Amino acid sequence: MIPLLAAAPAYGLPSYLFVSALLFAIGFFGVLLRKNTLVIYMCLELMLLASTLALVAFSKFNGTLDGNVFVFFILTIAAAEVAVGLAIIVALFRKRHTIQVEELNQLKH
Amino acid sequence: MSDTLFIILSVLTVATALLVVLNKNAVNAAMFLLLSLVGLAGLFVLLDAPLLAFVLILVYAGAVVALFLFIIMLLDTTPGRFPAFKPMTIAASVLGAALLALGILSLSERAVLPLPPKAVAVPTMKNYAEQLFTTYLLPVQVVGFMLLIAMLGVIVLSKKYTPEETK
Repeated sequence: MIPLLAAAPAYGLPSYLFVSALLFAIGFFGVLLRKNTLVIYMCLELMLLASTLALVAFSKFNGTLDGNVFVFFILTIAAAEVAVGLAIIVALFRKRHTIQVEELNQLKH
Repeated sequence: MSDTLFIILSVLTVATALLVVLNKNAVNAAMFLLLSLVGLAGLFVLLDAPLLAFVLILVYAGAVVALFLFIIMLLDTTPGRFPAFKPMTIAASVLGAALLALGILSLSERAVLPLPPKAVAVPTMKNYAEQLFTTYLLPVQVVGFMLLIAMLGVIVLSKKYTPEETK
């Protein structure tokens, strides 16, 4: 059993922050390790979601609504970001016929 | 009850997020992202934000993951390519994971977190509306304008230019 979770029987703010940090780290390592641009994008989404979880947890355990309202804005921005990013990926695929990042090195040469 | 739910939902969220990263096939990764979102929505409900959970499912599961699947099928990339990691990458990952563990350890050992207030009302639709249309009125307008710009950007990006047109 994880000591952090065992120490807090009524799971409070630290446990939620723990899950959020774990989710963020998974997304971060996904961005670093994967080569498929679409999967990198999904991992970026995971990182955004981790930050929303932390915001909602802070909001709840401080008794305010500001964090929750901020999550609304984050969700809106994320939706717009996905639309633009996927349009860029499609345009890239049309030009280069690949979405593997190690083959997209035209700026190097 | 809520403690058990927290364990179940957080394990579901983290495990499926891990599978998003480790999956060879992009379609399967999108499906696991969907499952992770469901777990996260459950956590939001546990945190007294059912409206946000609803919006999360609506926007992410309804729009974002569907868009991902659509693009994956459109591009028809070859699945199953998962090149081996370089030693440098593995070393960097281990170092990063160690730093993360250190951060979590210091959070659980040293952090002085505020005590939760005694009685907090569950945020209702009315509370959200009050906040959004008084305190956060300007950000709402700016976000609306940004959505318009994003829409225009997508149209410009996905338009096919013929050579005669560009010259």
